[in-house]
This record gives sequence, C-alpha cells and structure tokens, in this order.
Amino acid sequence: MKCDYACGTAEHGTSRRQFLGGLATGVGALTLGGSASWIPVAAAEQLKHTQKRILTFFLHGGVSQLESWDPKPNTVWGGPFRSIATSVPDIRISELLPFTAQQMHHLALVRGINTKNSGHGPGTIQMTTGHNPVGTELPHLGAVAAKALTPPSFSLPGHILIKGGGNGGGSAAYLGPRFAAVTLEDGKAPQHSQLPETVSGEAETRRQEFRRSANDRFAGRRRTADTDAYTLSYDQARDLMARRDVFDATKEPARDQERYGQSEFGQHCLLARRLLEEGVPFVQVNHSNYDTHYENFDYHLEQLGEFDRPFATLVSDMHERGLLADTLIVVMSEMGRTPRINPRYGRDHWGTAWSVCLGGAGVVRGAVVGKTSSDGMAVVDREVDHGHLFHTYLQAVGVDTKQEFVIGGRKFPIADPAKGPIAELLT
Amino acid sequence: MNDEPKKAAATEPPDDDKKKPVSVSPEGGESAEVKVDPGKTHVVATWKYQRPLTACRFDPLGRYVFVGAEDYTVQRFDLKDGKLTPLLGHESWCRAIGFSPDGKTTFTGGYDGRLLWWQTDADPPTPLRAIAAHTGWIRALAVSPDGQQIATCSNDHLVKVWNTADGSAIHTLTGHESHVYNVFFHPDNKSLVSCDHRAIFRHWNLADGKEVRTFSAPALHKYDDKFRANIGGARSLAFSGDGKLLAAGGTTNVTNALGGILECAAASIDWESGKLKVLHLTKEKNRGTIWGLAWHPDGYWIGMSGGRNALLVFWKPDQAEEFAKFAMPEIGRDFALHSDGLQAAVAMAENQVRICRLTAKLA
Repeated sequence: MKCDYACGTAEHGTSRRQFLGGLATGVGALTLGGSASWIPVAAAEQLKHTQKRILTFFLHGGVSQLESWDPKPNTVWGGPFRSIATSVPDIRISELLPFTAQQMHHLALVRGINTKNSGHGPGTIQMTTGHNPVGTELPHLGAVAAKALTPPSFSLPGHILIKGGGNGGGSAAYLGPRFAAVTLEDGKAPQHSQLPETVSGEAETRRQEFRRSANDRFAGRRRTADTDAYTLSYDQARDLMARRDVFDATKEPARDQERYGQSEFGQHCLLARRLLEEGVPFVQVNHSNYDTHYENFDYHLEQLGEFDRPFATLVSDMHERGLLADTLIVVMSEMGRTPRINPRYGRDHWGTAWSVCLGGAGVVRGAVVGKTSSDGMAVVDREVDHGHLFHTYLQAVGVDTKQEFVIGGRKFPIADPAKGPIAELLT
Repeated sequence: MNDEPKKAAATEPPDDDKKKPVSVSPEGGESAEVKVDPGKTHVVATWKYQRPLTACRFDPLGRYVFVGAEDYTVQRFDLKDGKLTPLLGHESWCRAIGFSPDGKTTFTGGYDGRLLWWQTDADPPTPLRAIAAHTGWIRALAVSPDGQQIATCSNDHLVKVWNTADGSAIHTLTGHESHVYNVFFHPDNKSLVSCDHRAIFRHWNLADGKEVRTFSAPALHKYDDKFRANIGGARSLAFSGDGKLLAAGGTTNVTNALGGILECAAASIDWESGKLKVLHLTKEKNRGTIWGLAWHPDGYWIGMSGGRNALLVFWKPDQAEEFAKFAMPEIGRDFALHSDGLQAAVAMAENQVRICRLTAKLA
C-alpha cells in the first residue's frame, strides 16, 4: 500500500536509547521529530559513495593548551613541562604526548581559538554545536553528522557516545531523537540491548511474530509516518541487539588489547576503532577530567599519560587500515586553561587563547593554524572560534555547511551563517 | 650517566615583578637562652624574588636559604643580608634540595629528571656534577645521615640511591606502581622509606637494596570517582628524632580532587609496626596540603599547609589537633626548619620566602 504521509523520508525514527529504554519499561512511547528533510540531496547522494566518519575526543573539564598542543616552556606561565619534537618539522608539542608526537604528520593544530567564554556549560555548547548558547537546545555535532552521513539502511546508531566520565549527552534537538547519541556508559553496550534472561529465544520469536502480525494489520489500514517510525525503531533495536558484539571491545585481538592498554580510555579507543570499522558515522570518546584548578601539572601528567598512547595508537591504526582518509579526528574540550598558574599549582578556565587538534579526512596534515602570544594570554594570529571550527569539521567530511536543515517547514542553518570554515586547513 | 649541565636562560619577568630582593625586619643574633615558643612564631624577614617559588631549604650551617623558582632556577639567599645568587642548571622546576651534613655540597633534583651537585658557598655556584637520574620528574631527594648517599624518587616509579662522592648509582629500587612522591632516610642510616601517589610506603634495606615491607596510609589517598583521578601521596615526609615515628604530610577528606576541596593532614605512623598512630588535622579545617614537615628537637611535628594561606601547624605526637599555629596570608608551597630550631622558612607562591622565628619577639 502506498504510504501517503508528508515527507517520504526515513527521518522519523526514535533514538535507540530512547527506544530501548521504552522497551525495558514496556511503554514504547515515541517522540517524533516531525516532518524533516535536508535540502542538499545532491550532496547526500555523493556522500553515499564515500562514507565519511567523524571521531571526536572530548577532554572534559578543559585540557590545558600549554600542557598539550601549544607548549611554551620556560616562559612566565609555561609551567614545568618541556616541549618535544614531532614527526612534523617545526611542530613541537608538550612532552606529555610523546606517542602523539610521532603521529603529528597525520594531524593538524588550531592554536588561535578564542571562544570568549570560560564556563563549562557554555563552552560545551559552543564546541559541540558551533553556536553560542541561545536558550534553546541545539543539535550536537554528532547529531548533525549522523543526519548528514548515516546511510539510509545502516543498522547501527549513527551517533555514539563512549562515555568515560564527563557530562553531556549528545542531543539531536530539532533534528529528532533518531540522531541523538546512543551512549555506551563506561564503554558498555547500550542499556537493555540484551534479551532478558527470563525471555527464551523461542518466546522472543513468538513475541515478535505476534507484534509484527498486529503491526502489519494495523499498518494495512492506518499507516502513517508515526507507525512507520515505530516499526523502524523496533527493527533498528532488533538489529542492534543482533549485533551487540559490535560494542564489545574484548572481541578485538589480544595483541590489540595490549597495544591500547587496559586503562578505561585505552579500551574505549579500541571500541571506537571497532565502531568506525563498522561504519558508524560519528563516535565521541569522552575522557575525564582536566578541570585542574588544583595541581594542574600532576593531573595533566596522569590524564594525558593515559590519553597519549591509546590515542596515538588509534590514529596510527586508522591510517594503517585506510580509515583515516575518510575519518575526521578532533580532540576538543569546552575551553582551555589559564596561562597564569595559580598559587595551588592549578590553571583555571580560559577560553581566550587555546587549541584544538584535528586530522584525517579533508584536513591538511601537519598544518598549524593560528598563534598565541609568547605568554599564551592572547591570540596574535588567525583568531577563530567554535563557529569556524564547526564549519571546518563538517566541510572536512563533505557537508555543505551553507545549507539548511528543513524541519517541519522551518529552516535551520547547519552551521552559523556568520562564520565559515578555516579554509587553509581543508584539503 | 653524567651529562653536561646547561645554563637555563633567565626569563624576562613582568615589569611589575622586576624587584630586587629586599629584607624586611630581620632580627639580630641569638643568645643561648632563647626559648622556642611556637605560639609566639612571627615573621622576621621576607626575601622576594621575581617569580613564584616552589621549594626552600636552609643549608645545615645556617648561612643561606635556597629556594626553587618557576623560572627553572634555584636561588640562594644569604640570611645575613638577603644577597641573592642564582644557581643555573636545571631545565625545569626544582622542588628537591638537600645538603651534605657538613654543608659544603648542595644537591638539587629537578623536574628535568636531573640531579645536580653544587658547592654551597661558591659565588656563584655552578654545577659540579649532573646526572640524568630519572626519566621523569625528581619529586624529592634525601641525603643519608652519614652524608654518603642521596636518594631520589620520580615519576618513573623508581627510587634510586646514589653515592654522593662520585655520583655513581648504588641501588635502583623497583616496586612502586605509581609516581613516587617522597623519600626519606631513617636516622639509623640503615633504612630508607619511600611513598607514592597512592600513599603506599615501601621500606628499603640500604645494605642490599631489598624491599623490607610495604604499608599504607589510606587517609592520604583518594580516587575521585567523579573526575576519575587519583589524589594523594606524601607531599612531605620526616622521621622523628629517635626514628620511632614516620610522618607523611598531604591531604585528606577530599571531596573534589581537581578543585582542591580537601583538608590538610599529616599521618604519623609507628615505624616498627607500620600502622597509623595519629592522623594530625587542624582544629579549623584548612583547605590545603602539608607541603612541608619537620620534627622539632623539642619533640613535636611542624607542618606547613599551603592552599588558602601558609599555615604553620604544631602537633604533639600523641594529639590529633595542633597545640599552636601561625598563619601567613600568602600561599605556602614548601617549608624548612633551620638547624638552630629557632627559624623556619616558607616558600610562597607570591614570589617570596618568609623567614619566621619560633620564639617571642626579641626586645
């Protein structure tokens, strides 16, 4: 029977997280995003042929640029760490990142970020949505990427958050819950994605047959976008349950387990690789925590010591496996940290002059854009902000960020129309 | 392995920091009858430097106070007149300073992993020897009571013992599973103790370098679930004069590791059993870290808490709370007790070292 609902797209699905939560409670209530379409059909068609992905690392609390991407040893506020050479001549990064330094030829740095904000909440919104807080929810980069990059028949979530501490959930806002993050708490498979022990396989088969039969009967007479979304969400959930092993990093070879290390973050990086190899368009790995008002140097030593090797291993693996050409990697925080060292050896919040590392798809390898003053207090060359970065991330994976999403007849710019990409960073 | 020390380039300070060292109200010489009275502690001198300080120690002969600074230098203040002399050689911060018992040689350990030897009274001192001692920060050093050995500890999880005469390695002590925060020789000159980030102590036999035992002070360590970060370890360490007590200074009751919401504390441990005897706290909660700790010859501990201020805390060995305290408004980062038992130094984040007298003011 011809379906006669308005938009004719498959954008109505609910998020798997929401759905699976409903499954667990037996309610199954749906919140649908309304009529939605994305204007640049030609671009979407093109993307089908070159599956792009985005992998972000969110270093919660605000990693110090001085202890990572923009070291200034033996300057007034440089701190105790030295800089080290990298695989790119003339680029030096903090000695806390020796393994990453060897992968610098796959990466690039933006050192001139000024987000004019020093708060965790606003900074997170800025860096994950590309906009300043506006009082209404905006879609997370992951939701935008999932909407733009997820192939129609893809059976896994398009937006996955591997959560190892830190706040934030990856809202899809007006894009609809289908594109909201499916969260893997502590790197574990989605909640309620395993058949309860009390339900046998046979019982489950009979249960689904009955559901399908009832559903088909209903759809035969009263099919709507909502009923299709309902059906789709069940099918997606069942696909996901059938492929639950995708979320299990322990299925990776022992040798790789060792290479990534047994730290929580190491295992999360391995899981990210596994998900990207399965074609998941957007994966975010959280690492907590860098909000080091006290003993900044000790904590960065610990946290970046945990971050460095697995991250570098993942970059290297993605290159070796041919994934890097189609996968954008971004290491971001909600802000940087003050150049000024406080009396308790801490660094405080700082959005005025800080850095992001990125690389992979569409990014000029080994590039450095922007410069901060010798004391790190100000951007002195090529100042950019979250708006520019958001354009850059999406354009790097082929999304025309000058276009708009049309949701329920309303147009929403994909990225801040007042900003543009960092052109010199894009291939 | 020796390497050639390099001179650290002095960093140009901000204009408002371009101040020459000044002395503020140093008091005169001592008489034999001067009585220590912690409750009368007061500041007698303030020696300023152009950058925040990280460490301080008096030389054993009481001529100088040496301080580490955030500009990678060690600075020597002459206690007579405040004359400032730089010691250039480290390539990162220095927070570990020690001396031979005769005071002739100064040892410094840096966050560059290097251990340097200096002639204490040279003008200016230049490194006599430099050793690439660790692959990571040297967090602390200690000199043996007989002056023949130096122990260092580091982020490389190692404790090393060196011959002070020639710089040769005597022992490399393995076993710690996290950064080693502090090290100290027992007064009997036969044992060494080290403490790591997780507040795990290891007792080492100096004769053969073997581990004798381990024990811990759980009150000085916490894993913060929210931030997924460890905080703890002995930020300061000292034995009582008779060697029966070991005290480790640090933090306890941590509710926010990264924000420094915590309390200063010192764990006094019975050396024979390795068990906690007293957890020394302050009557009024002090949001700080016991960065410095010393045993006073009169039979009590002196701790220095830095965090909100610089608080000298005096603890009797059998009492949890202090019997005296003295606060300074600046934020302390290290503390040292003079060999005369009458004076203390506190290195401040605010570009100065304060010299205190633990007595009533002289008439």
